Amino acid sequence: MTLTARRMQRTLQAAGAGAAALLVLSACSSSGDSSAAESPTSASASSADQLSGTVTVFAAASLKESFTTLGETFEKAHPGTKVTFSFGGSDSLAASITGGAPADVFASASPGTMKIVTDAGDAAGTPAAFVRNQLEIATLPGNPDRIASLADLTRSGLKVVLCDRTVPCGAAAQKALAAGGLELEPVSYEQDVKAALTKVELKEADAAVVYRTDVHAAGGKVKGVEFPESAQAVNAYPIVRLKGADNAGAADAFIALVRSAEGRQVLTEAGFLEP
Amino acid sequence: MDDRRTAAGRKSAPAVRSEASHAYQALGSSEAREAPAAVEAFKEGLDARLVVERGAFRLDVALRVAPGEVAALLGPNGAGKTTALRALAGLTTLTGGRLRLDGAALEDVPPESRPVGVVFQDYLLFPHLSALDNVAFGPRCQGATRAQARARAAEWLRRLGLADHADAKPRRLSGGQAQRVALARALATRPRLLLLDEPLAALDARTRLEVRAQLRRHLAEFEAVAVLVTHDPLDAMVLADRLVVVEDGRVVQEGAPSDIARHPRSDYIARLVGLNLYRGDSDGHVVRLGAGPSITTTEVLSGPVFVAFPPSAVTLYRERPAGASARNLWRCEVAGLETHRDLVRADLSGELPLAADLTTVAAAELDLRPGAEVWATVKATQTHAYPV
Amino acid sequence: MTLFDEPEPETASEATTGSLRGGTPGRRFRGGGGAPLPLLVPALIGLAFLIVPLVALLVRAPWRSLPGQLTSAEVWQALRLSLLCATAATAVSLLLGVPLAWLLARVRFPGRGLVRALVTLPLVLPPVVGGVALLTALGRNGVVGRWLDSWFGITLPFTTGGVVIAEAFVAMPFLVISVEGTLRAADPRYEEAAATLGASRFTAFRRVTLPLIMPGIAAGAVLAWARALGEFGATITFAGNFPGRTQTMPLAVYLALQSDPEAAMALSLVLLAVSVAVLAGLRDRWMTTGG
Repeated sequence: MTLTARRMQRTLQAAGAGAAALLVLSACSSSGDSSAAESPTSASASSADQLSGTVTVFAAASLKESFTTLGETFEKAHPGTKVTFSFGGSDSLAASITGGAPADVFASASPGTMKIVTDAGDAAGTPAAFVRNQLEIATLPGNPDRIASLADLTRSGLKVVLCDRTVPCGAAAQKALAAGGLELEPVSYEQDVKAALTKVELKEADAAVVYRTDVHAAGGKVKGVEFPESAQAVNAYPIVRLKGADNAGAADAFIALVRSAEGRQVLTEAGFLEP
Repeated sequence: MDDRRTAAGRKSAPAVRSEASHAYQALGSSEAREAPAAVEAFKEGLDARLVVERGAFRLDVALRVAPGEVAALLGPNGAGKTTALRALAGLTTLTGGRLRLDGAALEDVPPESRPVGVVFQDYLLFPHLSALDNVAFGPRCQGATRAQARARAAEWLRRLGLADHADAKPRRLSGGQAQRVALARALATRPRLLLLDEPLAALDARTRLEVRAQLRRHLAEFEAVAVLVTHDPLDAMVLADRLVVVEDGRVVQEGAPSDIARHPRSDYIARLVGLNLYRGDSDGHVVRLGAGPSITTTEVLSGPVFVAFPPSAVTLYRERPAGASARNLWRCEVAGLETHRDLVRADLSGELPLAADLTTVAAAELDLRPGAEVWATVKATQTHAYPV
Repeated sequence: MTLFDEPEPETASEATTGSLRGGTPGRRFRGGGGAPLPLLVPALIGLAFLIVPLVALLVRAPWRSLPGQLTSAEVWQALRLSLLCATAATAVSLLLGVPLAWLLARVRFPGRGLVRALVTLPLVLPPVVGGVALLTALGRNGVVGRWLDSWFGITLPFTTGGVVIAEAFVAMPFLVISVEGTLRAADPRYEEAAATLGASRFTAFRRVTLPLIMPGIAAGAVLAWARALGEFGATITFAGNFPGRTQTMPLAVYLALQSDPEAAMALSLVLLAVSVAVLAGLRDRWMTTGG
């Protein structure tokens, strides 16, 4: 939710041949063809591209770990570049972007929030889905309540937290519950997925419906339980370069990295599904 | 009584010189004043030796006051009078000594359990309570019902002539009225010891005269022990039966007001009562002040004595008076001049530092001005010597 | 850290030199109604800074959809809960905060400065962190909460009681600071006068000190109430968010902002209107009676 302070000063991006090449690349990435997007990454070791400057990425909170890793990879591959992130709820980020926040790339946790940005005309090109995320039940370590299915969460006496239906994980949870024909009264509708997870981590709640990636990131502090209804509520994560991007070249290169095999590997390690 | 008026009128004028400042060294040690037999005799009233040590300051004051007696602690600012009063009330903890009231030890009794009433310098009437409720506060705390407490308070207000102001909040009362409410509030707890801290200091001169007379009447009616603290000698002399002069945390003189006015034993008292005071050694009629000048008196004494004479007894000359004897004649220099109505107070330094009073006409004829050389004489009959 | 230390020596010396220079003409403020420019300009900027966002809210408010928002049961439920919890939190703050302020102002004990700093800590703590701290202390699995649960069967998170606790945690420092300041300014000799009249220390506090510092207590209570009413971070972290039970207006506003900014604005307006009405009412009623 907190927006990291953004670098006020921006270095001018490199112009010339590099820029022309990147224009092509951006066309490729918006086509959604992954094979074409791989080329800049493999070429990144060479000094052919003249990328420099800062790329500012607004990304859904669930992407924090994997994108931070990819940011470091990117900076190493393109010396002179700097990737700054602002992680938060997709809705807040979308609101910031439409409100004029200076960002180069937006990676959202749902097509719905991405639509806010595209509808506002702030996206350059068509967003491309780069990963999917699926719901999972997070239970206390060792699963002391023996929760095996979504239906188990409706047992009385169990303290379950869900995300509020106004945020993506909450909407997805409602979709899954509807798919299973279940009625569930949680003790709380949390404002975002991390808050829901925290309640289980602190053992205040017995279970939460969160994303696979969140269970993954929590390590041993929670135990994940998969459930079939989650297939009905798979979330695609779209990414797009923004129109106001000061550093379009580097922005596209970063998107390409996210969509490359290397990027995919980092993301699946974090629990994401391939798109 | 003459001495009292002198004291009141001239208390601000310096009259005593440095020779006098060591005068009380041998006095005032409270241990010296205590006779073991007297402790036994004090089954009634106040019998205290108040010792409070705070950093470099040490208060050590012995105080015995009989029921019905009013004692005044008189002393300059910072002498420890208020500390003594607070110690009696239990608001300041004693670091030594003892405190007995009607035979009961009070040292370890908290202020709320002491049979002590206090009239504070600025009264400290509770601003949110009416005069009546201020007075009823004490009885209420002592367990009276609301109705009883208010009835008692109403009676006290009536006695002090404040019946019409019972419902007034303190900020609507005049200084004199507030003072009487404060007195009523203190008396309503039926204290065995009434303490008054500068009871008249907050009043203007006009009100003061009237309130002083009233207070004197109320104190005379009060059957238990009353101790008041003041730096004003007139207040002390009018209100109290006995003065206890405190300087630097110690008692320097104690006695009836008239006695103290006539026989000051310290710089401070002499200044208050408006006398020139010296300490020296007497041998017959002559009192020798250290290695310096001597004063001839009418009394025949031997050993250490005080000599006092009023500034009005001094006669000044510009030239050495021809034919005058050398007795009680000193060469001085005018250090300062101060006018008091039709009198001029000349502050002299030189052989014998002294204060002299003369009429403005005389001062003009002598052409007195600071730095001028003068000769001062005093008749032996106008001096007064008494043993230390 | 200490908010109420004695004035710095520099201030005193400044005042002295200031008064010494007082006689020199030229740099003196105009008397009477003329406010000096170096004060007036920042004052007006400050006022604008505080007012403009509120005015903007009014300008952009979805006035047409407002009636619809106001008739929604959920809004009234959240508003009712907000007022209830803020008032309860203020009561808790008064009950615990006034004695605490008295302790800080009147009793000398070692480490008093540190304690005073600790009391004001919730002011600087991000409320969300405060909520997490409360969870670790009073949660089902918390340091203290564990015993509350096993001995009394009390669990605070996800309950209305939890909302009150979270709001009191954030709001009480305002009350303590306000009351302590008033107590320090009040003359302690009134308590002594009460003692000489036979009042125990508690009676003196109840019958003398308390009435004397009432204006400060009222001001502190209003501050605490206002802070509690707007509390978001600690509440949602500690008590969660469930309509009718723990969803106060700020939580409803925040969540509405996620999906329906117009609704969020409408809710904000309701909260704003109610706060202004209550605060203005209180000011007229008893904040002024002290003076």
